[in-house]
This record gives sequence, C-alpha cells and structure tokens, in this order.
Amino acid sequence: MAAEPMLTWIDERLGLAAWARAGLRKVFPDHWSFLLGEVALFCLVVLVLTGVFLTLFYVPDATSVTYSGPWAPLRGQSVSAAFDSVMRLSFEVRAGLVMRQIHHWAALVFVAAIVVHLLRIFFTGAFRRPREINWLVGIGLLLLALTMGITGYSLPDDLLSGTGLRVIYSVVIAIPFIGPYLAFLVFGGEFPTPEIISRLFVFHVMLLPALLIGGVLVHLAILVRHKHSQYAVPGATEENVVGRAFWPSQVFKSTGLAILTAAVLALMGGLIQINPIWAYGPFDATTVSSPAQPDWYAGWLDGALRLFPPIEITALGITIPSPFIPGVLLPGVAFGVMTLWPFLEAWVTGDHAEHQLLDGPREKPLRTAFGVAGLLVFVILTLAGGNDVVALVFGVPVEAMTNILRVAIVAVPLLGFGLTYRICRELFDRREAPGQRRASVRLRRTAAGGFEEIEPD
Amino acid sequence: MNASRGVALALAVSIAGSLALVVIYVVGGSIQQQGIGLALALGGVGTAIVIWAVALIEAPIEIEERHSFATGREHAVVVDSGTGTQEISRRRFLARLLAGAVGILGAALVMPAFSLGPQPGTDLFRTAWRRGLRLVDLGNRPIRPDDLVADSVTTVFPEGFVGRPDSQTLLIKVSPSDLALPSDRAAWAPEGCVAYSKVCTHAGCPVGLYRAKEHLLLCPCHQSTFDVLRGATPIFGPAARPLPQLPMEVDADGYLVALGDFPEPIGPGFWDMTHTPADGG
Ligand code: FES
Repeated sequence: MAAEPMLTWIDERLGLAAWARAGLRKVFPDHWSFLLGEVALFCLVVLVLTGVFLTLFYVPDATSVTYSGPWAPLRGQSVSAAFDSVMRLSFEVRAGLVMRQIHHWAALVFVAAIVVHLLRIFFTGAFRRPREINWLVGIGLLLLALTMGITGYSLPDDLLSGTGLRVIYSVVIAIPFIGPYLAFLVFGGEFPTPEIISRLFVFHVMLLPALLIGGVLVHLAILVRHKHSQYAVPGATEENVVGRAFWPSQVFKSTGLAILTAAVLALMGGLIQINPIWAYGPFDATTVSSPAQPDWYAGWLDGALRLFPPIEITALGITIPSPFIPGVLLPGVAFGVMTLWPFLEAWVTGDHAEHQLLDGPREKPLRTAFGVAGLLVFVILTLAGGNDVVALVFGVPVEAMTNILRVAIVAVPLLGFGLTYRICRELFDRREAPGQRRASVRLRRTAAGGFEEIEPD
Repeated sequence: MNASRGVALALAVSIAGSLALVVIYVVGGSIQQQGIGLALALGGVGTAIVIWAVALIEAPIEIEERHSFATGREHAVVVDSGTGTQEISRRRFLARLLAGAVGILGAALVMPAFSLGPQPGTDLFRTAWRRGLRLVDLGNRPIRPDDLVADSVTTVFPEGFVGRPDSQTLLIKVSPSDLALPSDRAAWAPEGCVAYSKVCTHAGCPVGLYRAKEHLLLCPCHQSTFDVLRGATPIFGPAARPLPQLPMEVDADGYLVALGDFPEPIGPGFWDMTHTPADGG
C-alpha cells in the first residue's frame, strides 16, 4: 500500500504520529445529548458554504433602482439595489433560492442547536469547575450567533426586516444618555440611513464570522483539553472518561450526523418557504408590514416590548424611555445572569470542587427549577411576540390577550418554579438519587464473625 | 545614553504621538499628520520594546536539543519563565510606562470609529416641519380641508420634503364637535383637521392603521392605540406618550399650512429628550 510510506514520510517531517494517535483514541461518552453541540457546528459549516454562494450575488447597496425582474407584482417599483439583488438571487439565479432558503433555515437551526446544547449543559451542571471558561466562551458564541442572525436577516432590505431594524434602533437610543450617540455611530445617523445596509454586510460576512469561527476553535480546544464530562454510567468516575474511541466509532457517527444535518437542512430549504421577501415588498420608511414576526430567537424581545405597560417616567429632567426596561434592562439581566451562572451557583452552594460527573436534573432541584422558570419566561415572551396571532387562534381580542399574558409572565414562571422544585424533590427522595453515584457500603466479615465497613476509596 | 532612559524616552514619544493622534482626529488634521502621529505612537512602543530586549534583558544563552521529527523519542522541553518575569518586575517604572503607552495608543486607535456617524445634535429634536410649509401628500399636492373625506387618513409631508421619514405625518378630518383637544391646541384643528406625527412614540414604527369608527390610530408593531379625538393620547399598548400634534392653520389660499415644528421630539424616547438643545433653526 502507498498509504503507509506516505504517512511515515509526513511523520518524519512533522512528528505528528503520537499526537494523532492520542487524538484518535480520545474517548467520547456515548450519549445522544453530547451531539447537540455538534449539530450546531455542522450548521455553521452549512452556513459558511451557502453563505459564500450568496455573497457572490448579493449587492450591499441601498441606492434605489427600478425592479424589472420576472416577479410581476413588483415590476416598475423602486427598490434598493440590495433588495433587487436578493430578488434576482431568488428568481433568476439557478439554485439561488434553494441556497437562500437553506442558509436561512440553517441559521434558525444553528441558534436552536446552540440553545438546546446550552440547556443540556445547564441542567446537567456541566458548566461547573473546571468548565467555567468554556461556558463563558459558549455564551459569547451564542451572542455572536444571535448577532449574525439579526444582521443577516436585515440584509435583503425588505419591509419586514426594515421594521426589525427600526425597533432595534429605538431600543439603542433608549440606552441611558449614550444611546443616541451609539445609535448614530452604528446606523450612520437618524434611522433610516442608506449606510446601514453596507455596514450590516461587513459585519455579517467579515467581522462576525471571523470572531465566530475563532471562538468555535477555542471552544473545541478547551473541550479537548478538559475531555468530556460524563453521566454516571457504570464505571464512570471523576477520574476517567467512559465511552468509545474517536476512531472509528465517533468519527463515523459524527460524519454521519454532519451529512444528515445537511440533508435535513436541504430538505427544509427545498420544501418550506422562508422569508419570501417578494411578498413583504421593499423597505419603505412610511409603511409597516403587519403582522410582523421576527425570527424565533428574537421573538421574546419583541414580546417583552409588547407586554411592558405604558410607563415612561420623566423626573428631574430625565426621561426613562418605555423600551428601556423591556428592551435594554431585561436582556441585559437575562444574559448577565446566564453568563455569571457558574460563579453564582458556586458562590451560593459553596461547591468549588471539580466535577466531571454530570447531575441528573432532579438532583439539583433549585437549579432545575430556576432553569424551568427562565424557560417559561422565554416561552411566554415569545408568545407575546406573536400576541396578535395567538389572539386570532384563541378568538380573543388582542387587548385581552395582552392582559392575560401580562399576568402570565409573572404567574407562570413562579408556578413553574415551585412545581419543578417539588417534583424534583419527590423524584429524588423516592428513587434515592439513582443518577448519582451511590455511596455504596461494602462490608467485610471479620474473623470474630461480625461485620465491619470497608472505607470507600 | 542609559538604555532604560532610552526606553522611557521612546515610550514618552509614543504617548505624545497617541495624544497627538487624538487631537489630530478631533480637529481634523491632514493625512500627513495622521500618518506621522500614528507612526510615532506605534514606533515609540516598538522602539522601546526593542531597546529593552537588546540592551536591558540579560538572557543567558540556552541550548534546546533538537529531535528528529519521527515519533518515538521523548521531547525535553525547558520551560523557565522565572527570568523573564523577574526582568519585567525589576523594572517596575518602565513596565508601567509601557502599559500606559499601550493603553493610550489603544484609545487613539479607537478614534476613527467616530467617523462612523454624525453627532446626534438636534436631529432627534427637529423634523423638517417649519412655519409656513404647506402640508402635501405623497404626490406633492397641497391640501384643502374641503378635499378631505371625513374620517379618512392621509400621510402628509412638509412641502419640499416628501418622503422624509422623520417628518411623516397623519392628517385626519373628523367632525369638529367630536374633538376634545387640550385647550391650548384648540386652534390647531382648522375645520376638524388634525395632524399627528406618524412615527410611533413607542419604538418608531409608522402608525399605519386607522379605525375610523372609533377614531383610533393603531401601531401594528406592538399594538399601541392612540385616541385621535383627544390629542392622540395612548389608550392601549406599550406607548406612553401621545403622538406629537402638528400646529397648523389654513393659509390665504385655503391650503393647510404648518405653524411650526412639532412641539416635542417625535418618535421613540431617549433619556435627555426634555433638554432641547439650542439651535439656530
Ligand atoms: S412601535 Fe408602535 S407600538 Fe411599538
């Protein structure tokens, strides 16, 4: 075989064989929940590949041109060159629309996979020492992914995304005092500005991807350094990793997963319409699309804006704009608590020890209850983000729906917290903590006929 | 000259260069000045580090064995950071100066970010509306109260500024007897015509829907609802401020004309919105 001398030739020059051998023998715990992060990674690959294709056709230019393409309803209308290029991509470039739709779906699944991965980490306590740094890197990646989503969503310069940008602008100027300055720096002046499209483009295709990919590499390097955490399966201890070797089992599994992820995204991109900008029409500062629903991960922020009561206090010459609390403070606190969670938990519980074995959610009732309450806040705010649609579904007036949700946003998370706490305690007590390493007692018969306990090691 | 003095001098040059860069940016200096300032700021730090390395650090010559790359032999890695760290801590003053110079250089390098946007100035407080500007529709036609159908809504702009986003205004005609405007604004509704800013006071969406029967304006973004008869006060949803009302009258030719800009800032709020900056216009 030619492979053997080839590998030897390379090893004599780079000396990588030992490193590669160790890498190939790296043990992966055998549990589906460890694949969630991988799904996110593979979505990123799909995003990069489809994104490169889209970049070749997209024109980041707000100059207005007359639409003259094949979509009759818009023909003759004045649109931006950016919108025009996305229309051409959708209707005239062969395979353009499928690339666009795969890209959009991949973005949605990307964020979803990151969030589910994060929930797994949270509910099993995988963020505890020594993994706090990687938790921070992960939160950074989530924020980057969200920013990628929002900047990309706005690039087609259609009416829907323009409305989203406008709300973001209004939230930025609600930041205490520096808000207007910041908004003018980011947007290049008072909204709407012609500059914003080319700026979003630079962020979306250069700065953010570089940071995102760099961050992913750091995230993975730290993972390799730590080795995987693991569930308390038979044989698993704080000092080992029980599972299967990277080669061949995990390589095959992951490669399969990567291709299947791409397959599912292709299916979604081909069959499920997303962001039909021709139906929304081009951005126009004096009209608004209704009902306007953002991508799923931004809905909760819009929901918070909808639910917050009409309070705008002016005192001592200072006005607290009404979007400040739901639009600035709430996400700030939410991401702040999330970021600091490993440190908060260690501080509250006094547990600063290293943990390689994962918790079952029921073993940590407080953490689990807190996580469930947070999830419920997210769910209700997301519902509120579509309160007009929800009201339609239930046949209630929007006003009543809003008031119901205003009560729910306080009551449901509290109830959820209490209930989860109770259930965890019950389960834990009844089953004597099956997920945890049982402090087994081993007895030895003594010569005298009695029993003595052997100290666990 | 003593080497550590050289280092300090180079760092001082860098600091001076960085500060000069900030000044040059703020007052808008020439490209030559920008280039020279940046070169001094970077060159000072670079020179300082090089002098430090060449003249001050007494690093012994060490020998690290080279191994054949083929795997199988043990690598002997010598890590001794002690000397290096001592070197830095011994020269505390220079180390601090270096950190300071790098910090100031960093600040100077951020300055170009301010090129990204203008200062807000009066932009958030003013629109294009001025005394004497007629209200025109999207087709640039001036409007007489009689042209308006009762309970219809028209998007209007100041004459000469059609399409300008911050000046978009809703013109609605209602029966004058239904109006219950604040007393100081009673004159702003000639023949039952009222004009309100179209930019929502919540988060800036165009307030696009009019429920004529109830005389309510609705913002589709987050469902803020404004009562047209009572000065566009919000009655539902997250908006807390009324839509600013445009002062207007009918001019000698019978057309609607503005009496001035909106009395308050339009659109979404900000922290110092009550401090209208002084301006000439
Ligand atoms: S922007 Fe009008 S209700 Fe929020």
